[in-house]
Amino acid sequence: MFETVLLVMLFLLAIAILGGLYRAIKGPSMADRVIALDLISIMMIALIGVVSIYMETDAFLEAILLLGILAFIGAVAFGKYIERGVIIERKRDD
Amino acid sequence: MSWLHIFILFPLLAAVIIPILFKKIPRVHTGWFVLVVPLAVFIYLLTFLPMVAGGETAMYSLPWIPRFDIHYSLYVDGLGLVFGLIISGIGALVVLYSIYYLSKHREALHNFYVYLMMFLTAMLGVVFSDNMIVLYLFWELTSISSFLLIAYWYARRQSRYGAQKAMLITIFGGFAMLAAIIMLSIMGETFSLQALMAQSDQLVQHELFLPAMILILIGAFTKSVQFPFHIWLPDAMEAPTPISAYLHSATMVKAGIYLVARFTPFFGGAMEWFWIVTGVGLLTLLWGSLLAVKQRDLKALLAFSTISQLGFIMSLLGMGSAALYYGGGDEAHLHSMAILAAVFHLVNHATFKGSLFMVVGIVDHETGTRDLRKLGGLMSIMPISFTLALIGSLSMAGLPPFNGFLSKELFFTGALNAAELDIFRMETYGALIPIVAWTASIFTFVYSIVLVFKTFFGKYQPERLEKEAHEAPWGMLISPLILTVLVVVIFFVPNVLAHYVLEPMMASILPPLAGEFDIHIEAWHGFEPELFMTIGVVVLGAILYATLRKWIVLYNNMPRALSITNAYNSGLKGMESISRKVTDWHMTGFSRDYLRYILVIFVVITGASLFLLDGFSIDTANAANINGFEIILSLVLVGSTAMVVITRSRLTAVIGVGVLGYIVALFFVVLRAPDLALTQLAIETVTVALFLVCFYHLPRLREKEEGDGINVFNLIIAGAVGLLVTLISLSANGHRLFPAISDFYEDAYELAGAGNMVNAILADFRAIDTLLEIFVLCIAGLAAYALIKLRLARREQDENQ
Repeated sequence: MFETVLLVMLFLLAIAILGGLYRAIKGPSMADRVIALDLISIMMIALIGVVSIYMETDAFLEAILLLGILAFIGAVAFGKYIERGVIIERKRDD
Repeated sequence: MSWLHIFILFPLLAAVIIPILFKKIPRVHTGWFVLVVPLAVFIYLLTFLPMVAGGETAMYSLPWIPRFDIHYSLYVDGLGLVFGLIISGIGALVVLYSIYYLSKHREALHNFYVYLMMFLTAMLGVVFSDNMIVLYLFWELTSISSFLLIAYWYARRQSRYGAQKAMLITIFGGFAMLAAIIMLSIMGETFSLQALMAQSDQLVQHELFLPAMILILIGAFTKSVQFPFHIWLPDAMEAPTPISAYLHSATMVKAGIYLVARFTPFFGGAMEWFWIVTGVGLLTLLWGSLLAVKQRDLKALLAFSTISQLGFIMSLLGMGSAALYYGGGDEAHLHSMAILAAVFHLVNHATFKGSLFMVVGIVDHETGTRDLRKLGGLMSIMPISFTLALIGSLSMAGLPPFNGFLSKELFFTGALNAAELDIFRMETYGALIPIVAWTASIFTFVYSIVLVFKTFFGKYQPERLEKEAHEAPWGMLISPLILTVLVVVIFFVPNVLAHYVLEPMMASILPPLAGEFDIHIEAWHGFEPELFMTIGVVVLGAILYATLRKWIVLYNNMPRALSITNAYNSGLKGMESISRKVTDWHMTGFSRDYLRYILVIFVVITGASLFLLDGFSIDTANAANINGFEIILSLVLVGSTAMVVITRSRLTAVIGVGVLGYIVALFFVVLRAPDLALTQLAIETVTVALFLVCFYHLPRLREKEEGDGINVFNLIIAGAVGLLVTLISLSANGHRLFPAISDFYEDAYELAGAGNMVNAILADFRAIDTLLEIFVLCIAGLAAYALIKLRLARREQDENQ
C-alpha cells in the first residue's frame, strides 16, 4: 500500500516535470523558461526525496541539499544574465 | 671481410677526406688525389681476370642483417667483373679528363668529386652484389648520386629540371624493382641472386613469375633509358661533360642492361621475356636513332645515340635469351651469338661513346658552344680531336676498321637468326626484327656522319663562336685518346678480348652453356648477308646524308604535343592540378565538413563491419523492469533534447541543456549512484553558468544562419550515428562475455577500510586515473588562465602602440 502511494507520487512528480518542460519549450519569454527550469529543479528535489524513501536509503540527502543551492544559484545567474547581460561584473575601479 | 668488400667501399671512404683536401691544399687540383681511387680499384679488379677467364667464380659474404637474410655478399663472375672494370677504368679516365675540364678556381670541386666517388661505390656495389636488397640499396645510391651530379650547376634552371626528371623516372623504376625483389624473395625464399638462379626451373610456373619479370624490366628500362622512359637522358645532358661521358653513356645507363643480363638465366627462355626485351630494345633503337638525326646540340645528339645503342644491346639480350629455351645443342649456340653481340657491343659502346663525349666536351670547352649550326671547319684547327671524333663516329656507325663494325655484324647475325626462330610465335613478326635493325643502323650511320661532318668540316665561323677555337691541352686529350686506341685495338685483336672478357660474360648470362663457347670473332667472314646489309647501310646512309636538307624538315612536322617529354610534363602538371583539386575539394577549412567525414566514415566502417559480421543481435533476457515515472522522465529527456536542437535562441538551448543535465542527474539517483548525481548536478550548473558567460561575448545569431534550416544530409548522418550507437550498445549489453569484476570491490571495507565503494575505487584501487584526471583539470585551468591573460596582455600592448 505504502509503496503504491510512493509510486503514484513519483508518477505525479514526473508529470509535473513534464509540465515544466512544456513551459520551458513553449514559454514565450525567456523568463518563463528560467522559471520553468527552477520549477523542474524543485520538482526534482521532491522526486529525489520520494525516491530515497522508496529505496530506503539516506545516500541522496546531500543531492537534495545541493540541488536546492544550485537551483537558487542557477535562477539568480539566469536572472542576472537576462537583466544585465553579464553574470560576473568587473570591479568598479577598473 | 675480404679485400673486395673494402675496395667497393673505398671510394665512399675516400669521399670523406676529399673536402678536406680541397680546402687544405687549394694549389693542387683535387682531382689528382681522387684519381688514385678508381685506378686502385681498377688494378685490384684486374687481378680477378685470370680466375674469371678460367671459368671460375667467387663469392664473398659478410653478414649485415643476418636475421632478415640480408648480407653484404659479393659475387665475382664474368658479367660483374667486366662491368666493374669498365666502371673503374672509365672512372679513372673521366677523373683525369675532369682535372683539365673543371677549373680548380671557379668550380666546387669537393662537391663534384664526393658525388662522383659516391657514384663509383654505388655502381661497383650494383654489379658485384649478390644480395638483392643490397643490390637495390646501391641501385638507389646510383640514382641519388646521378641526381646530385646532373644538378651540379644547381643555379641553372635546366639543370634542376633535368635532375628532377631523372630522379623521378629512375626512382620510379627503382621502386618497381624493389617490388620485384620482394616477389622474387617470396618465390625463392632467399635474397641471394645465385640461390635464386639455381631454382629458376621450379619457379617458372609460380604465379608471381610474370609480375616479377615485368617489374624487374620496368626497373631496368627506366635506368637504361628504354622507350618510353628514355626522356630523362637528353635532359640529363645539363650535367658537366665528364659526368655525361661517365654516367650517361658508359656506366649508369648500363646498370639496366646489367640487370637484364643478370636476370636472363632466371627469366630467359620465357616467351614474355623474349618479346618484351627484344621489342622494347628494337623500338628504342629505332626511336633513338631517328631522333638523334634532328638534334642540333652535340650532347643531345649523343644522348639520343646512347638511347639508341642501349636499345641495340637490350634487343640483343632479348634475342639471345632464346638460347635458354633450347638449353643446349646447335640451336642454342646459334642464338647465343646474340648474347655475344650484346656483351661485345656493351664493351665497344663504353669505349667509343666515352671518347665521343669527351671530344664533344673538348669542342665545347675550346669553342664555347655545342650548337651544330655554329660549329664547322674545326678539322685543321683541332686535328687531334677531329681524329678522335672520326674514329669514334665511324665505330658508332659500324664501319671497319673499328670495333663497332664487329659488333654490328654480330648484331645482324643475331637479328637474322632470331627472324628464323620457330618458337614464341615468331613466324608472324620475326621478319620485322632484321628490317627494324637495319633501318635503325642506317640512321645510326647518318647521325654519326652528321656528328663529324657538321662539327669538323664545312666553313669555320669564328664570328659565331664565343672563344677563339684552338686545340685542347694534352691532359684533356689523354683520356679520349686511350679509349680511341682501344677502339682500334679491339678491332684487330678481338679474340684476346673474347677469351678474357666476352666468354666469362656469356657464361654468366647463359649458365647452361658455360664452358661450351667457342668464340672466334672475325672481321671477314665471306660474302654473307651481314656484309651486304652493312654495305646497304653505308650506301643508303650516304645518300640520306647527302639529301639531309630535303628531308630534315619532316621532323618539324612531327607534332610536338605527341612527344613523350610533353606527355611527361603535362602528366606532372595534370597530377599536380588534380591533387590540388582533390585537396581543395575535400579540405574545405570548415570543421563541420571534417566532422561529416569522420562521422560518415565511422558509420560506414563500423556499421558495415558489424552488419557483415552479424554483430547486431539484441537480447532482452536480462533487461530490468521499467516504471511509469521512468518513462515520463525519459520523455522529458527527449523533450529537452528536442528543445536544444530545434530552438533558434541560444539561451533556450542552454536552458534545454540544463534540463537535460538535471534529468540525467535524476536518472543517476534512480539508478542508485549518489556520488555521480552530486557531481553531475554541480558540474551541470557550472557548465550552464559558463555557457552564459561565453554568450556575453558572442555576436548575435544572424536571422538566416545556415544551420538554422534543416540540412537533410546532416539529419541523415545524425540519425545514422544515433541509430548505430544505440544498436551497438544494445547488442553489447546482450553479449556479456565475462561476469563483472565488481564483486572484488564489494569488499572495499575490508580491503581499503572504505564504506563508500565508489570513492574507494577512485582514491584507492584505481587512484592513478584520478591523479591524471586532476592533472587534466590543472592543465585546463592553466590553459584557460593563459588564454585569457595572454590575449589581454597582447591587446593592451596593441593599444599602447
